[in-house]
Amino acid sequence: MLIFEHSRPGRRNYSQSPATKAEKQNIPQNLLRKSPMLLPEVSEMDAVRHYTRLSQKNFSIDTEFYPLGSCTMKYNPRACNALAMLPQFLARHPLAPENTGQGFLACMYELQEILKDVTGMAGVSLTPMAGAQGELIGVMMIRAYHEAHGDKNRTEIIIPDAAHGTNPATAVMCGYKVVEIATDKEGNVDMAALKAAVGPQTAGLMLTNPSTLGVFEENIAEMSRIVHEAGGLLYYDGANLNAVLGKVKPGDMGFDVIHINLHKTFSTPHGGGGPGAAPVGVAERLLPFLPVPMVTQEKGIYRWLTEKDFPQTIGRLSAHMGNAGVLLRAYVYVRLLGAEGMNRVSEHAALNANYLMAELRRAGFEIAFPTRRASHEFIVTLKDIKEKTGVTAMNLAKRLLDKGYHAPTTYFPILIPECLLIEPAETESKETLDAFVAAMKEILLEIEQQPDLVKTAPHNMPSRKLDDVKAARELDLSWKPN
Amino acid sequence: MPFIPHTEEDVVEMLASIGASSIEELFDEIPPSLKTGTLTRVPPGMSEMEISRLMLERAQADGFYLNFIGAGAYEHHIPAAVWQITTRGEFYSSYTPYQAEASQGTLQLLYEYQTMMASLTGMDVSNASLYDGATALAEAALMAVRQHKTSRRILVSRTVHPVYRKVLRAIVNNQNIEVVETPFCPESGQVLPEHLEQFGQEEFAALVVPQPNFFGVLEQVDAITDWAHAKHSLVIAVVNPMSLAMLTPPGEWGAEGADIAVGEGQPLGIPLSSGGPYFGFMACKNELVRQMPGRIIGRTVDLDNKPGFVLTLQAREQHIRRSKATSNICTNQGLMVTAATIYMSLLGPEGLRRVAAQSHANTLQLVEQLEKLPGVKRAYHGPCFHEAALTLPGPVSEILQALKEQHILGGLNLHEHYPELNNTLLVCATETKTVNDLNKYSETLGQILKKYQ
Repeated sequence: MLIFEHSRPGRRNYSQSPATKAEKQNIPQNLLRKSPMLLPEVSEMDAVRHYTRLSQKNFSIDTEFYPLGSCTMKYNPRACNALAMLPQFLARHPLAPENTGQGFLACMYELQEILKDVTGMAGVSLTPMAGAQGELIGVMMIRAYHEAHGDKNRTEIIIPDAAHGTNPATAVMCGYKVVEIATDKEGNVDMAALKAAVGPQTAGLMLTNPSTLGVFEENIAEMSRIVHEAGGLLYYDGANLNAVLGKVKPGDMGFDVIHINLHKTFSTPHGGGGPGAAPVGVAERLLPFLPVPMVTQEKGIYRWLTEKDFPQTIGRLSAHMGNAGVLLRAYVYVRLLGAEGMNRVSEHAALNANYLMAELRRAGFEIAFPTRRASHEFIVTLKDIKEKTGVTAMNLAKRLLDKGYHAPTTYFPILIPECLLIEPAETESKETLDAFVAAMKEILLEIEQQPDLVKTAPHNMPSRKLDDVKAARELDLSWKPN
Repeated sequence: MPFIPHTEEDVVEMLASIGASSIEELFDEIPPSLKTGTLTRVPPGMSEMEISRLMLERAQADGFYLNFIGAGAYEHHIPAAVWQITTRGEFYSSYTPYQAEASQGTLQLLYEYQTMMASLTGMDVSNASLYDGATALAEAALMAVRQHKTSRRILVSRTVHPVYRKVLRAIVNNQNIEVVETPFCPESGQVLPEHLEQFGQEEFAALVVPQPNFFGVLEQVDAITDWAHAKHSLVIAVVNPMSLAMLTPPGEWGAEGADIAVGEGQPLGIPLSSGGPYFGFMACKNELVRQMPGRIIGRTVDLDNKPGFVLTLQAREQHIRRSKATSNICTNQGLMVTAATIYMSLLGPEGLRRVAAQSHANTLQLVEQLEKLPGVKRAYHGPCFHEAALTLPGPVSEILQALKEQHILGGLNLHEHYPELNNTLLVCATETKTVNDLNKYSETLGQILKKYQ
């Protein structure tokens, strides 16, 4: 039932709006609203019940295990939320003077410094509001750098075929042509393809390392040399930073610019699809182009850095300073972890991934890159199973929902047929991983004995399989009263 | 102190299963020369008690002020239920709803949100939100250029939020789209038809119209919309959602209505929080829906013919179309929209009208009181919603500093964004301000201004 169907004309919450209708009014008649607003008229309790019940139709980290590759679904510590929502932080207006927000600015400054250390970069700006915006800003800086050097013929961005879809989409949003390069049998970028693609037209290379195939790009130093010698820059998609946190710094791998998905590695909530936050870090030569505002500190006084301090900045990409509340959550998280904690995060993420890979292989699943170490994730392919039984990766994913596990990432990266990209994250216990393996084994048996049960999954969820085709053909995007 | 459940025994067993002798061995594919990760500037970990103490001290140092700043972010009462429900783990820690059957809560909520926003803006359809108001405007401009096909120019009123215009330029310049600005009337604070005439012969993909504008002034939206449509430009409305409880929605502007409506969703239950996270909303006419960026939720049925909800029109999106997507955008602002949907449900149509009307009335009252002070007068005579520009008899920055000493944030100095505006202050009084608050402001300002007589 929709909230609108709980609605009764004239019902309202007297304590949630002014008790009297304001009399003073000075708006010309022709600018006044005449049409009704389709908002529900429900009691506070109706609304609370309705949305509480809706929440119960969701999977979430707080209720289920999410082995969701490339998404780093780790536990979101409650302290991060509680401390970011202290009333003074919530009440602070974004345009309030700097001297009324020294506590807040101190947190932002320290977060910048910590992220510089973690990434090995010379400068960090916190403004990007999501991974995809971090990418956009990163590529904009690459473009600004080439333009500042009068280098106008660099029109291409090179992207491996295993990359996130946001990489090519971002390059195009920045006005670049995308050149895709292949992956070799071991899951590394095909070096011959890279060499063939690089040239004076190359603006840069976008790379995730460890890659979305779940393996560490072993030739990274060589790749860095090739791209740099051709005058291009190296972009690091920080989606998989959790795998090397405290072990490897992207700056030391030769990257010039990076975005860090705080909603992955630094445990800010996914919130059902946002808000994220994705600070960008840059090497020395890109410093002048960082987006403003940033925070600086002089003699213990914090202030904003703006266009005045950074005349070559690519500018502003948000109305204020980005997702401040998300940044506060990440700040609390990094202070809880500390340097030692960060090391242990990547170690146990790798331990969980390699353990799960070993156990699933033993259970009879085919691993896409069996000779490689898992980074913090790995790929299972159901290619053979599909050929023999017709059961697809999506069928198995839906059957996992029935067993109380969120599905792994499916059909990504697209170059591996019928794939499941599995990332357990460091916060899960061995018992949870073992139970997940047991559920996967059960499904393997079901595929053998009653494949239709798997093909028609899910069976125990609030909805059975939903008709996507109907949804797209007969668009119903908002409710209409009868 | 990381959140890791492993006992020493677990680690031993797991390594044995893997066939590795140590955790370090799991990193043996990383070239040793790259293992340089020693963190030197990350401080040691803290306990929850220690970090709580630190954050509390910092929050208390920042304190509370009586706030009269608006300028794109507005203080409204937020019912307690909004964030108590929003931060339930099932909303807070859930993933993007790709697995529809395991995300019906989020998906239904987003469908309800789309319904509310489409109605509020008077448009046919709404998406499930974008990052913020400024980026929503930039996405709308890109969308208009895709739809228009022949023009790569956008005409923007200089009365649009100055930072929105900066963000717009930063984003669309990447695709060689030109942004042209119209002047405004220095007496009324509006863009009048005569300011548009000089652009009559030029082709534009869209005209951007704010309502209310950055000065809080109401634009003559019907005439402007019709002017743009007559020359085959689309109209992008930038609106404050709270104002739409009182004002004609963009879908009803002029003869045909605006084509795209965008804005900052923050007034709908989102705390000020130093500028984010907020959410951008976007709604449009039916014929533009396939050009719309971002998540869109559709209602459909399941195998048992029971209604349910899914992400739809995904063929526009980056994870399917890659370099041919309508945008690189990958998320919405899910949690913020959760809060906004609960907020709108708790307020209902009458509640929202009352909040809007009280904010309008409080601002009129404040302006009336301040105009009684010597040397203070309204900068523009155009009608306003809940914000107004005032000229002061002295330097605004100095006066704001003096107000701050009295724990009042008196408004925004307009000089930074409009260099021609000296001694001009933008003030806002929402429904959160009481008679005492308004009196405190006018009396305190009266005291401060004595020095400038």
